[in-house]
Amino acid sequence: MSYYLGLVQLIGIHTLLGLSAYVLMLTGQLSLGQAGFFAIGAYSAGILTVIFELPILPALLAAAFIAAFFAFLVGFPALRVKGLMLVVATIAFSEFVRLFFFNLSWRVPRGDIEVGPDSTNGFREIRYFVANGWEAWEITTFVWVFVILVMAALWWMDRSRAGAVLRAVGEDELAAQSVGVNLTAVKVTAMSAGGFIAGIGGALYAHTATYVDHLTFTVLLATFAISYPILGGLSSVFGTLAAVIFIQGILVEGLRFLGDWRNIMFGLLIIAAMNLKPSGLFDARTARVLRRAVGLRDRE
Amino acid sequence: MLELRGLSKHFGGVKALDELDLSVNEGDIFGLIGPNGSGKSTAINVICGVYRESAGTVRFHGDLMNGKAPHQRLRAGIARTFQNIRLFPNLTVWQNLWVAQNSPQDVAAQRFLSRWFGATRRTRREIVELLELADLGHKSDELASNLAFGEQRRLEFARAAATRPQLLLLDEPAAGMNAQEIEDLSRRIRRVRDSGVTILLVEHVMELVMGVTEQIAVLNFGHKIAFGTPGEVQRNEAVQEAYLGTSASDSRPAGGGA
Repeated sequence: MSYYLGLVQLIGIHTLLGLSAYVLMLTGQLSLGQAGFFAIGAYSAGILTVIFELPILPALLAAAFIAAFFAFLVGFPALRVKGLMLVVATIAFSEFVRLFFFNLSWRVPRGDIEVGPDSTNGFREIRYFVANGWEAWEITTFVWVFVILVMAALWWMDRSRAGAVLRAVGEDELAAQSVGVNLTAVKVTAMSAGGFIAGIGGALYAHTATYVDHLTFTVLLATFAISYPILGGLSSVFGTLAAVIFIQGILVEGLRFLGDWRNIMFGLLIIAAMNLKPSGLFDARTARVLRRAVGLRDRE
Repeated sequence: MLELRGLSKHFGGVKALDELDLSVNEGDIFGLIGPNGSGKSTAINVICGVYRESAGTVRFHGDLMNGKAPHQRLRAGIARTFQNIRLFPNLTVWQNLWVAQNSPQDVAAQRFLSRWFGATRRTRREIVELLELADLGHKSDELASNLAFGEQRRLEFARAAATRPQLLLLDEPAAGMNAQEIEDLSRRIRRVRDSGVTILLVEHVMELVMGVTEQIAVLNFGHKIAFGTPGEVQRNEAVQEAYLGTSASDSRPAGGGA
């Protein structure tokens, strides 16, 4: 049972990671920096609950704001470059963050042991949930409250003018500028929002796993982050959720017996999806078909 | 209202615009014509801030526009359409107009939250009015990419009008239109002008230019070679030679980039 709850938690956390990339992809930006913001969220929240002994909720919110702040700072220089150069720049940022935590050693005595990030040995004592006697289902609920809040916020945003402006920037920057959209403001805001969401995900990850080290936050994690919205499409947040369930639930866990062959399947899947359905498996047309199938009224 | 002084734009060794002086008065429908490659579109792109000028000044209501980003110039009151229509293809007609609610009046009249996350009754009424202007009322939930060519042109025109400009730059709005659509377009242009918008019209299609403009400047190789009323320009020998060439009777040279 706790195995399945653990999987449900992981799916929730990866959904947050995917949604952080989704926000940026709406504006046409492909970032491999999401693993970096996720790492900042994870380490910050861990340090706040372990070293500063804060409760989980303020620690999590503070970690999200710290990640958003770094995303904001990265946003200005990074968004001056586009396409492939942005991908390279954000990988560089991700690696910078990873190597920072690789070197970070901040041990404080707690009783007769020391706790805190211990460079290459990782950060092993993020035991807030265990120490406070949370049951697995309580932790799972806690994770999914944030997943649902973030999904609802993005779903609502997508129906507002803000959503239309983000998508307009993603479709045609020159036209957006020409109708008065401030590109820098929009992109940096999207970057910060993405950092905030990744920060929440990282904070939840650190506390459900109770242990993080720098190897958690490699470029593979960043690749997962962008593969969810690529596979799920940008027509709605539910595409990202469906893609996470598919990749983490079926491909990674369900096919565990295949061992390392799964990674090859993952690569093949992304290539196949981009060729067969460039706008994602759950694009506008699929969404319409599904809506009709379940008898909901068409929006158009 | 719009003052260009010594405006130049060089691409490497090519002088796309060479020391252009131009002044457009408030309430004008001002035509800017010239053969392919004469610098008309370059002029629009420099005025809007898409290209940075190599030399010279752009003043709007006396304010220096040099160095300002396109969105800042839009808020100062300069809007444009594109020669090759640039809508947001995967947004609906309604969303295309919604994105464009960036006029200083819109910014001033709405609180931050309602501007970005709400839709006030005032915004909705304005968009409905724009849909009527463009005859697209019945298509407001259609994706822009599903519209017919003429409808896309009308939507782009309405989207520019949605920013409530004082000066509207139209970059070859009649390209690909038939005689009846051109007639329709000139009515629309006059209607927008009569609502207080100054128009700078860059165009190849002579029926439209000669019919609707009051002042015309003619460009050739980035230089202004003539200026005057449509009648004066048509009689100008330099223009006939440079622009209409030997086939002066052919009033519709093939369209294309400039």
